[in-house]
Amino acid sequence: MMNIYIRSAACISPQPTFGDQPSWTAAHPASPAEASAKAARLACIEPDYKTLLDAKALRRMSRIIRMGVATANDCLLQAGEKEPGAIVTGTAYGCLEDTDGFLQSLIQRREEALQPAPFIQSTHNTVGAQIALMLQCTRYNNTFVHRGASFENALLDAILLLSEGEAETVLAGAVDEITDTSHAILQRFGLYRHVPAGEGAAFFLLASQPSPTDEARLEGLTTFYKPEDAKTVDKALRAFLEEHAAEPDLVIVGANGDETNDTLYRQLTAPGSVFAEKKLLPYKQLCGEYPTSTAFAFWMAARLLKQGRHRQILVYNHYLGIHHTAFLLSAAV
Amino acid sequence: MDVNINKLSTSPATASASGADAHRATAPPGVAIAGAGVISAIGNNVADTLLAFENGTAGMADITLLDTIYKGRLPVAEVKADNQKLARWAGLSASAAGLAPSSHSARGYATGLAPSVSRTALLSLIAAKEALGDAAIPGIQTLRTGFISANTVGGMDRMENFFECRLTDRSKDRLREVVLHECGAVTEWVADRLGIRHYQTTISTACSSSANAVLFAARLIRSGLLDVAVAGGADALTKFTLNGFNSLMILDSDPCRPFDDGRAGLNLGEGAGYLVLVSDKIAAMLPRKPEVALSGYANTNDAWHQTASSPDGRGSWLAMSGALERSGLRPADIDYINLHGTGTQNNDLSEGTAIARLFGNEIPRMSSTKSFTGHTLGASGGVEAVFSVLAVRHGLVYPNLRFKTPMTEQPLVPETAFLKDLPIRHVLSNSFGFGGSCTSLVFSKQ
Repeated sequence: MMNIYIRSAACISPQPTFGDQPSWTAAHPASPAEASAKAARLACIEPDYKTLLDAKALRRMSRIIRMGVATANDCLLQAGEKEPGAIVTGTAYGCLEDTDGFLQSLIQRREEALQPAPFIQSTHNTVGAQIALMLQCTRYNNTFVHRGASFENALLDAILLLSEGEAETVLAGAVDEITDTSHAILQRFGLYRHVPAGEGAAFFLLASQPSPTDEARLEGLTTFYKPEDAKTVDKALRAFLEEHAAEPDLVIVGANGDETNDTLYRQLTAPGSVFAEKKLLPYKQLCGEYPTSTAFAFWMAARLLKQGRHRQILVYNHYLGIHHTAFLLSAAV
Repeated sequence: MDVNINKLSTSPATASASGADAHRATAPPGVAIAGAGVISAIGNNVADTLLAFENGTAGMADITLLDTIYKGRLPVAEVKADNQKLARWAGLSASAAGLAPSSHSARGYATGLAPSVSRTALLSLIAAKEALGDAAIPGIQTLRTGFISANTVGGMDRMENFFECRLTDRSKDRLREVVLHECGAVTEWVADRLGIRHYQTTISTACSSSANAVLFAARLIRSGLLDVAVAGGADALTKFTLNGFNSLMILDSDPCRPFDDGRAGLNLGEGAGYLVLVSDKIAAMLPRKPEVALSGYANTNDAWHQTASSPDGRGSWLAMSGALERSGLRPADIDYINLHGTGTQNNDLSEGTAIARLFGNEIPRMSSTKSFTGHTLGASGGVEAVFSVLAVRHGLVYPNLRFKTPMTEQPLVPETAFLKDLPIRHVLSNSFGFGGSCTSLVFSKQ
């Protein structure tokens, strides 16, 4: 029987999640409305990278690369892993700062005398590549860019690599950033009416063998696409829980205070529905809304399980009603 | 798609020390290829593409469609059709090509806006449709089908318009231009039109992107999670990529000369290429038995530099040898290598060095089809996977155009003639990219 252990977890987010945070709690802000009243966008609390990364490499890295590489590095340090068997990254937007920078200069300079640096660092696999470069890791390296399912697809790849025996450990995570430009454009789509825009980086070392310090165990993952109605979602989640004979004592959900977004979560908690008797905990007031926010929720679930507060946690999120994803985590022992 | 980790079969860690002989006995069977579809500057479908290869007709020419100052200065390999024409080829009415809201714009907000469709999405739909038509899988609606697609810049062609307006007259920018900006949004739009809902994903690893899509699709089928996978990728020409590669000073102002001593860079191209991969069970029920399988693959990282390849091509050597090992083949079993062969100083020498090290005195026939199609970036792995499958199916080796003088440091000689009726059993296809991404695929006759 296959098991997957979360050996270590690291997260840079708008909350004090980075570094040694064993007693972290999800107390404040308590709701999307409370978070939204404070700020239109939540910026990550970033560590002093100079103490974490090579100064020369650091100078060339944009913010998203710094966040990604620092989290990956911390995750590996915690587990005492020098070279993971594979590196898998999810990012919906990719390296926005460099993309934006190159695009602006090509228009402003009318395509003449452009600096290549932002173009070089704009490719979506830059974070995964920079981690490989830092570790001198020549092994499997892949990047998924599938909007609200980018992190989940990175997890899926990691699960496959471990079950195929291609790797004994996989560094898997997700990273997305807000820039002034992306915020201005995305705001016009009406994405952040009731919840702040968010960003973050989270990496996890997944392993096929247990270790004494595991955070949690990953049991399964499901993704579904543009379901017709709440009934379809209810059925899919019920089937997923039954498949795993799961009885989660906490459900972390992606409710974000927006009526259109949250109707579904309410329908799922109505009497007789899949979450009717469950304890629900929304998470987007903590990290903001962004396509790979589920990586933050994954970190949160792993941390709460490690603290021994729960036995089993289901994380369920839908991104704009398009990508619905859920994963199930259990206490390591 | 549901994944229950407890129920996944486990394999023992690969004994990578074991030689090819040890592996041969235990090598798992390949994943069957049931269909292929391609569009590039040399043809809008498989038949036209094969004709262009036979006639030696390259796709590079002056820029006609892209609005750039490099018109008449840099050759590119354009698909010679505007977006309206591409939409018709894809079987869409003008309104369905972005002038009316998507029928699947679930939940109304944020996605309710009628998108201006990216050229990348149109190219993708055309090639994916051809691949599905070629596979002709009966009752495909009832099967667990996935769409695994790759691109590098999503709807950047539209974002460029949007940005131009935004920076000059903000009242003129239109949000519909950027609805499909994200790489994943391009995949969704195409999957909706293919009717694929069970599973979809998008991979972006620069110039190896769609080779990784094919690799990932094969693993999803092997794991039992999918019955059918449409896998490959697309990229349209954009000012962003043209200026990006130009700023790196690696664009040749003449048609490119891969593996030639006088090579002076690459030409950009555009296109899309997809394969239809099927499980053994589906392969067995197909009226036309698949003749080709993906027998080996490997994804490695050069871990040398963000853009440059290591001088000894360590990443590409690992990718090629890893793919061979998985297929249970010896280097001498390879009949043809479809090179990454961009035509840059750095890539061709690095790739050539790795090939010389791996193949020694028995260098197979090889060529870079980028001498026909230009470098189609995120599409190239898929486009060249299709070429590789066709090479096995029809016993072909494609010419490496404009090759005259072997590289001084690594005097390899690619094939310069179009060869047919050859007994091609195994083809190795290389795709390497920024970020050290190296992926090699092996296609074999079944």
